[in-house]
Amino acid sequence: MPEITYLENVASQVRRDVLRQVHACASGHPGASLGCAEFFVALYFEIMHHDRAFNMKGAGEDVFFLSNGHISPVFYSTLARSGYFEVAELATFRKLNSRLQGHPATHEGLPGIRIASGSLGQGMSVAIGVALGKKLDGDDKTVFVLTGDGELQEGQVWEAAMFAPHNKLDNMIVTVDLNGRQIDGDTKDVLSLGDVEGKWRTFGWDVMTIENGNDMAAVVSGLKEAKSRLGKGKPVCVLLKTEMGFPIDFMVGTHKWHGAAPNDEQLANALGQLEETLGDY
Amino acid sequence: MLQDYISTGKKATRDGFGEGLHELGKQNPNVVALCADLVASLKMADFIKANPERFIQVGIAEANMMGIAAGLAIGGKIPYTGTFANFSTGRVYDQIRQSIAYSHKNVKICASHAGLTLGEDGATHQILEDIGMMRMLPGMTVINPCDFNQTKAATIAIAEHYGPVYLRFGRPNWPNIMPEYKFEIGKAIHMNEGSDVTIIATGHLVWNALEAARALEAEGISVYLLNIHTIKPLDEEAILDAVSKTKCVVTCEEHQINGGLGDAVANVLARNFPAPQEYVAVKDSFGESGTPDQLLVKYGLGTDDVIAAAKKVLSRK
Repeated sequence: MPEITYLENVASQVRRDVLRQVHACASGHPGASLGCAEFFVALYFEIMHHDRAFNMKGAGEDVFFLSNGHISPVFYSTLARSGYFEVAELATFRKLNSRLQGHPATHEGLPGIRIASGSLGQGMSVAIGVALGKKLDGDDKTVFVLTGDGELQEGQVWEAAMFAPHNKLDNMIVTVDLNGRQIDGDTKDVLSLGDVEGKWRTFGWDVMTIENGNDMAAVVSGLKEAKSRLGKGKPVCVLLKTEMGFPIDFMVGTHKWHGAAPNDEQLANALGQLEETLGDY
Repeated sequence: MLQDYISTGKKATRDGFGEGLHELGKQNPNVVALCADLVASLKMADFIKANPERFIQVGIAEANMMGIAAGLAIGGKIPYTGTFANFSTGRVYDQIRQSIAYSHKNVKICASHAGLTLGEDGATHQILEDIGMMRMLPGMTVINPCDFNQTKAATIAIAEHYGPVYLRFGRPNWPNIMPEYKFEIGKAIHMNEGSDVTIIATGHLVWNALEAARALEAEGISVYLLNIHTIKPLDEEAILDAVSKTKCVVTCEEHQINGGLGDAVANVLARNFPAPQEYVAVKDSFGESGTPDQLLVKYGLGTDDVIAAAKKVLSRK
């Protein structure tokens, strides 16, 4: 098992990759990409049993779906750093003829991507389909899906939230990135989510919270705990409290960096706050 | 030849889907079916009885159904979704676009109660735009069979094709004119070869086109009749063969004049062999409650309308 410090080092490099990707194309979504770095690294480097020799079906392995596809930079970096494709390919992000589309897609055949996402609210339904398929096939591996908290405003999320417990899909874990922010402002101002924990619980999910989603040890132990709750008749929902923009001092505490790229000076400033641990691409 | 196509009785195309699905379930263990609370309407009961573990009741949640189908396809299943055509397309267009078409998932979107012949439920349910919506999606196959036998054969055949398919059928009992046969996607059926006017029809209106062709032939007008069950990919060769002989064409569909079979045919002709064309289609309006026969007449889709369109287009040659 990797040491927590090793995972933290990977996360630091992933964050550098995120910033350098969005800077190079002057677009993209760094905010929640940075906030979810611990989650992605924990998942791909510690929690999931997955095969880097990518197979679309994902039979016999844990699979992950990113529903809030706009945080593609952290997804791409994690996939590259864990061996799905060359790290150097991150330089093509959002550029013409790239496999690294602005939002994740299967169309160009990028290893690690099983569905297009970007139009919000659809990932949980897809994850449910895979979870049902695994049950049909007697495959005991786990299906993970990440959704944003602003994304919970989409009605389809709640269609899916109703379906999974009714069908006792106790082989899937939904993680909600609770950073409290979306493009137009704080979620509490744009459209209040109300009692998020209560909503999932009353829909029939086994709900747990990771209070500090930017603490690697807490994320690893939280996701392990989530996995241990599977197989008991209920799907599991993890409320992951993160900070958009973490840990860049000028990016936290605001929704401003949801979908804005840093300029040269801001990039240099931000990279100065993140150790280069595995080597920049 | 026209005399080869005689109605062997009236049966609903949706019953053809139900029978096809049931048969397919026995043949192919990867086929799974999903339904959004319309099992009886979609005639899925036999499949469900035979394969309860391979049926997924989604409830009234069509968006979720499309996403679940995409997920099942990822794992190697061949999902057949069942609901009304209206809820299979417009209601879930973005889900189909992103999770199924763009992601190239092997999902079969099976849509009943399409068009005016849904009848009394009225315009809220009578979708007339679905062919247009679906044929615009890159990689989507669009099929609109004409009767029970063709729908059954198409339901079975699409499992052998890897990729998303939109299969459109309907509610009413309708003349069953096709023999039992092996369905070929994208291959038009030459029901009659003629030299004066080409009539190209899809779906229920193949019957009206057939009746019209008989009447026209009785008047000495030679009709080339094509049954175009697959609107995408379109059998361009068959269309060009026919129209190059007759130099004019009538297209017939239970769909808006915009975006459907007629526009698909006009596109082919404009690029290859411009020719006068008349549309038998709904003229940019919504439908209303009524019986299927009443509605087809009121909205200009009846046999007499096909005959009139043929005479009009002949006069434009």
